[in-house]
Amino acid sequence: MGRYFRRKLLIYLLTFFAAVSINWMIPRLMPGDPIRALIGRAALRAEAADKVAEYFSRIYGLDQPAWRQYVNFWTSLFKGDLGISIYLSPKPVTQVIRDSIPFDLGLLIPAILCSWIVGNKFGAFAARRKRLDGIVLPIWYVFTATPYMWLAILLAYVFGVLLGIFPIAGAYSFAISPSLSISFILNYLKHWFLPFLSLFIVQLGGWAIGMRNMIIYELEADYSRYMESLGAPRKLIRRYAFRNAMLPQITGLALQLGVIVAGAVGTQVVFSYPGIGYLLLQAVMYKDYFLIQGCFLFIVIGVLIANFVIDVIYVIVDPRVRHGMGGETA
Amino acid sequence: MAVSVKNLKIYYQTLRGQVQAVDNVSFDIKDHEILGMAGESGCGKSTFSNSLVLLKPPMKFMGGRVELDGESLPLADFRKMNEFRYKKISLIPQYAMNALNPTRKIGRMIAELLASRGVSFSKISRELDRRLKLVNLNRSVMKMYPFELSGGMRQRAVMVIATLLDPSLLLADEITSALDVSTQKAVAKMLVQFRDMDLVKSLVFVTHDISILYQIADRVLIMYAGKAVEIAPTKKITKEPLHPYTRLLISSLPDVGVKYSERRLAGIKGRPPGLLNPFPGCRFKERCPVRFEKCDKEPPLAEVSENHQVACWREVGNNG
Repeated sequence: MGRYFRRKLLIYLLTFFAAVSINWMIPRLMPGDPIRALIGRAALRAEAADKVAEYFSRIYGLDQPAWRQYVNFWTSLFKGDLGISIYLSPKPVTQVIRDSIPFDLGLLIPAILCSWIVGNKFGAFAARRKRLDGIVLPIWYVFTATPYMWLAILLAYVFGVLLGIFPIAGAYSFAISPSLSISFILNYLKHWFLPFLSLFIVQLGGWAIGMRNMIIYELEADYSRYMESLGAPRKLIRRYAFRNAMLPQITGLALQLGVIVAGAVGTQVVFSYPGIGYLLLQAVMYKDYFLIQGCFLFIVIGVLIANFVIDVIYVIVDPRVRHGMGGETA
Repeated sequence: MAVSVKNLKIYYQTLRGQVQAVDNVSFDIKDHEILGMAGESGCGKSTFSNSLVLLKPPMKFMGGRVELDGESLPLADFRKMNEFRYKKISLIPQYAMNALNPTRKIGRMIAELLASRGVSFSKISRELDRRLKLVNLNRSVMKMYPFELSGGMRQRAVMVIATLLDPSLLLADEITSALDVSTQKAVAKMLVQFRDMDLVKSLVFVTHDISILYQIADRVLIMYAGKAVEIAPTKKITKEPLHPYTRLLISSLPDVGVKYSERRLAGIKGRPPGLLNPFPGCRFKERCPVRFEKCDKEPPLAEVSENHQVACWREVGNNG
């Protein structure tokens, strides 16, 4: 057991190092200069602009050679310092991200878990029920083939613009400030619903199709057939099939997390929802290196932690993994 | 008479028509008897055993009746058959090594299965221990997952599970095919022991390996292309087989002490006919060395001497 987790942990550390390094590099490969972009907005005289740019470059450490910047990045990262945001200057990146985390997780976690649970239950239910299956399967295919952003726009248009039931931007009305009052929570939920729905629907399709196919596969398996031959009731056979079909779905969840987070960026942009995805877009537009790094770092850590949790869950639910750990070689 | 099968017809429904996998097969199995059912691939022997426990599409019941202890089996009614499954008719399947849920401990699976059939696990627990001992399994396997057992152990576990409720009829479908020869004999002996101890009343042992039937079967039924072609006590059928197919089948077995590097092992020329719209008459006629005009009509399975039935015009014709 210990060996299994040590190995996993090592793999995660390597992944973390590689992912964060790439994330450091990507913004620096973008054309343009963040300081110039910032100063450009201030419309200074050319002479003064040069001076200011030089000053800011020094402050942000962007005048140093790339390798130096890279080393600086890791040293300050270990101190928990992600630098100062350029576009929201002088707010530190950690604070900017901390402010948007509740909105981000509050949207993503319910969307991922609800769609996964509902998709699995519904998919398992529809499998081998001919008429229901014939109706819902095409619908699921449409769901899963829908781009997140497109569905978000469609929902915003229909429910926000045409019907006017739901607001289409922000996490709460500009008129009120965040507090734990009922009116704020209601306001928050109203803003939360459409982004949640768009994420939920697209993911639901994929999970339900996956589960339906797995259940059919499991019901065809020899052990199901033998249970049937011994007159076991359908309920028991389906229960076994469901449990075994869940295992690949758990793996699927781990694999899909990155894709879902990426999808959430589009959704948050459409609804101007102040999560990490929306922040990331702003950061990219202003070439805010430090904020981009911070957002990526958050996403990388999130995906890795979620994967690790799934690894642990897998050990608990699949006896073959649990027992195979002693003599694992491959 | 424990089991009587009369004119049983089981076809497979395909897009191109019906495949007549078991066609008009009739025979009896006595109490306390081990009936060996042999034939080459596709002769309908597995279809027969599957049709008694799990008759579902594309398999189709086309007629005939099967009586078990005087009761007629509702073969065509999947739900009604559930009362008979496991309690009266049980199966050791061809895929015995994969027949257990991989993510349940064997003991727990048995308990859940029994509970679903209205049998209390605690009541049967002691008997279960005794039977595990019979097949040389330790009680600890109940606390294990199937993947922790070897293939042979899994198969023996399935043998215990299949016979736990003392079925009247046990179908053993090709259970020795995947085993090496020494294990084959051990497994076959265990089955005989099950019968001797009255754990099962009658046993149908389906196999393509006639040599194993020598060792355990009381009578042998030879199937060819969906038809029963010969039934006789094991000794009789091996010493004096009457049907040309049986003769060729038995003569194609290797003899002890003969070096087959010098003499090629004889086989039967040709292939069995396709069972989708088969030709009329005897289904063996195209490969038969002693064919004559009468073979274009279908030969009945007729008793030629005591306890010896053959479906061949040569034999039936001799008697009238």
